[in-house]
Amino acid sequence: MSAAESEHQDALADSDAWLRALRQPGAERDRAIARLHELLLRAARFEVSRRRAALSHVRGEELDDLALQAADDAIVAVLGKLDDYRGASRFTTWAYKFALLEAGVRLRRRAWQEREVVLEPEVWPLVADAGQGPQGQAEANELMSAITDSIDCCLTEHQREVLVALALNGVPLDVLSDRLNTTRGALYKTLHDARRKLRAELATRGFALDSI
Amino acid sequence: MDRHMNDDTLKRLLGPGEPEVLCDECFERLDEYVELELQGEPADERVPGLRAHLQGCPACREDYESLRAFVQGS
Repeated sequence: MSAAESEHQDALADSDAWLRALRQPGAERDRAIARLHELLLRAARFEVSRRRAALSHVRGEELDDLALQAADDAIVAVLGKLDDYRGASRFTTWAYKFALLEAGVRLRRRAWQEREVVLEPEVWPLVADAGQGPQGQAEANELMSAITDSIDCCLTEHQREVLVALALNGVPLDVLSDRLNTTRGALYKTLHDARRKLRAELATRGFALDSI
Repeated sequence: MDRHMNDDTLKRLLGPGEPEVLCDECFERLDEYVELELQGEPADERVPGLRAHLQGCPACREDYESLRAFVQGS
């Protein structure tokens, strides 16, 4: 058996053992949940450490608490979705993504907690950055002008607000979905539809966007 | 007031120019995609549309980068 095959067999056995333990009633399940919670907490703390620089104003104790909340919510999600696990990856990799998602969402929201999210339905004139020569600059400005115009004429007010907030003002998706009381998926769909309309309109106006 | 634009802003504004999965499917298949990548398998072929989504969605991209880095370091 090759090293890759052997590793694959180990991963399958490890995932099966997790599933068996988590589905078994009694003390074995409790122990498995405790072990899994430990792993998810480690993943959540890893996420906190990755983003610590952007959260230097937040006390370490609060960040520890945030990691713990993320691990708590992640284990509830994992246990509630055990039947959705398809075995496409190691069980632990599948479980880690819940902890990293929970921690990432909390950290992005915490970083924006004191910041106001202003929704602007209008788009100011877009101007290309300098440094590409007079002709390049002129072409870029022509594209910017067409983008401004297309956003204004072809998108709904909600699409404009979402596009401007996410793409131009750099508001994180999770922060905006929280403020608008919607989900990441629903908000991204709005962004996706707005981008498609924008690309279609620009293509109609003769702009080649293949390289973007 | 003007807004200054560069290529990154343009990409954020127009999104990926190819078919992409949306956030829910991205989350559903992220673990599979990351493991395929780390095993050197053709992840983009096996999970079409996910790479494009990661280019268009900064939140999912951050989740992907974290999962990849965490699994790689575990």
